[in-house]
Amino acid sequence: MRGPFEFTLALGDDALIAAQRLAEWTTRAPEMEEDVALANIALDQLGAARLLLTYAGELEGAGRDEDALAFLRDDREFRNCLLVELPNGDFAVTMAKLFLLSAYQLPLYTALAGCADERLAAIGAKARKESAYHLDHAALWVKRLGDGTEESHRRMRDAVDQLWPYVAELFAANPAAPVDPATLRADFDATVDAVLAEATLTRPETGWAPAGGRDGVHTEHLSYLLAEMQVLHRAHPGARW
Amino acid sequence: MYGNDFSPGDAPGGGLLGEVEAAEAALRDAAERGRRGGAPGADGDLAEYFAQVVDADQKIEPRDWMPEAYRKTLIRQIAQHAHSEIIGMQPEGNWISRAPSLKRKAILLAKVQDEAGHGLYLYAAAETLGVSRDELVDLLLAGRQKYSSIFNYPTLTWADVGAIGWLVDGAAIVNQVPLCRCSYGPYARAMIRICKEESFHQRQGYEILHTLAHGTPAQKAMAQDAVDRWWYPSLAMFGPPDTDSTHSAQSMAWKIKRFSNDELRQRFVDMCVQQADILGLTIPDPDLRWNDERQSYDFTQPDYDELMRVISGDGPCNRQRTAHRRRAHAEGAWVREAATAYAAKRAQQRKEKVAA
Repeated sequence: MRGPFEFTLALGDDALIAAQRLAEWTTRAPEMEEDVALANIALDQLGAARLLLTYAGELEGAGRDEDALAFLRDDREFRNCLLVELPNGDFAVTMAKLFLLSAYQLPLYTALAGCADERLAAIGAKARKESAYHLDHAALWVKRLGDGTEESHRRMRDAVDQLWPYVAELFAANPAAPVDPATLRADFDATVDAVLAEATLTRPETGWAPAGGRDGVHTEHLSYLLAEMQVLHRAHPGARW
Repeated sequence: MYGNDFSPGDAPGGGLLGEVEAAEAALRDAAERGRRGGAPGADGDLAEYFAQVVDADQKIEPRDWMPEAYRKTLIRQIAQHAHSEIIGMQPEGNWISRAPSLKRKAILLAKVQDEAGHGLYLYAAAETLGVSRDELVDLLLAGRQKYSSIFNYPTLTWADVGAIGWLVDGAAIVNQVPLCRCSYGPYARAMIRICKEESFHQRQGYEILHTLAHGTPAQKAMAQDAVDRWWYPSLAMFGPPDTDSTHSAQSMAWKIKRFSNDELRQRFVDMCVQQADILGLTIPDPDLRWNDERQSYDFTQPDYDELMRVISGDGPCNRQRTAHRRRAHAEGAWVREAATAYAAKRAQQRKEKVAA
């Protein structure tokens, strides 16, 4: 099924897994201001995840709340895109990931804000403002690193090369969904091309387009991420926190 | 998406928050009163003027003359305080990825983010005394400046996050509320902001423990174990007993410090006993009892030899905490260099544009 439940769940999972990865940076960022910024963005992603998962649970109608969906599903049941579950790597990889993710989330949430489903429209309206900030922050770092030193240019180029194949999955057509991701591609390309050009980087050419996240077929990374995220919740079945 | 379920009346810290607000009002009054006589001229008696400002409970500001030892004491104290906020992110940050519900994860993430913000305020306050943040960070990384002993203890269970909120933030607030009236203006103002946020964190920690203590038997045991491990290290946060404290007398005379270590420790114990009772948890001190004569609780002092070992580098996590900070700093060097190079290129481009 690719209806509203699966769609909402997929967006909630994107935001949740992105939050989990971004939060791993806490206390490790290159400067204190960046610790604050990354925690801030992680918190926004987590906030969006909570709204989306709560609503997904209601659409499903099986009594699962945000915590049941976050903590009691296995990796084969998660619907996030592969991009967000990839390891953080160095700061360039993290910024490239955030840049690509927010260049996708901004038009997505913007479109969602105008969709017929009132709940999704409200979530989109809130989240798009946050995405605009995330995109701004990540784009600035892509430019700083791309057009900074020789080393930072090399690292930023490698990061974009490494992540680019995962972009295709974000825009797989889904005409039954409240917003068809395929319709967002032009907007994404325009944003990305402009920033890469300013960063003295070029868009990689690649034919490899890994996918499967939306069907619960993930990379080997997700299961470890979930093992850590879910360990305490699963150790105390039924407990309140 | 984060917040807490307790109304102000139910939770600890209400009285202390009142003191913060009173300090803020006093600060405004002092500013409105203005200073008597204005600043002395070039040949005026600067030391005399400094003493008058302090005596009148006015604030010393960055532009004012101050004794060199006052400046040094403040730099040391504010820097140590800033370092504590930054190092203090680690023990709690340790549980962000494993927080047991999305709400708790959000609250904890926001809290650790606030701590980074507090570190930044405090470094900015220290910089008004003529030292740079980079210099202070280098001193921390070189082990030449300290941070609070408490952050050298490990967070072994989720309940530790609650115990840190309740006890560690609680002790920090008891310590910091009087600093809201400190004679150095930038420090006093930073403390007012920080205390308000800290008291919110303390309530959240208390709420975590309250939920655990009223949860399953395993959760309650987890909460009690955390309180057992964090109680004495929290008491030790107030520093050595008054008989051994080296900085106290001068700091009190300058109105940097307003109460002795032992006075603050006693205030903290008195505050915690009643709160532990409401939590349904036991303070791990068999000799804790009400003393009618003193109108305070008698309690067992923390192990000050242990405190000295931890301060001098041999606590459970000293090496780990410092190594973590050094690693983040070293691994981020190329990023900071890139940002500097990029800013220089942009500045050069703007210059060329103006010239053209």
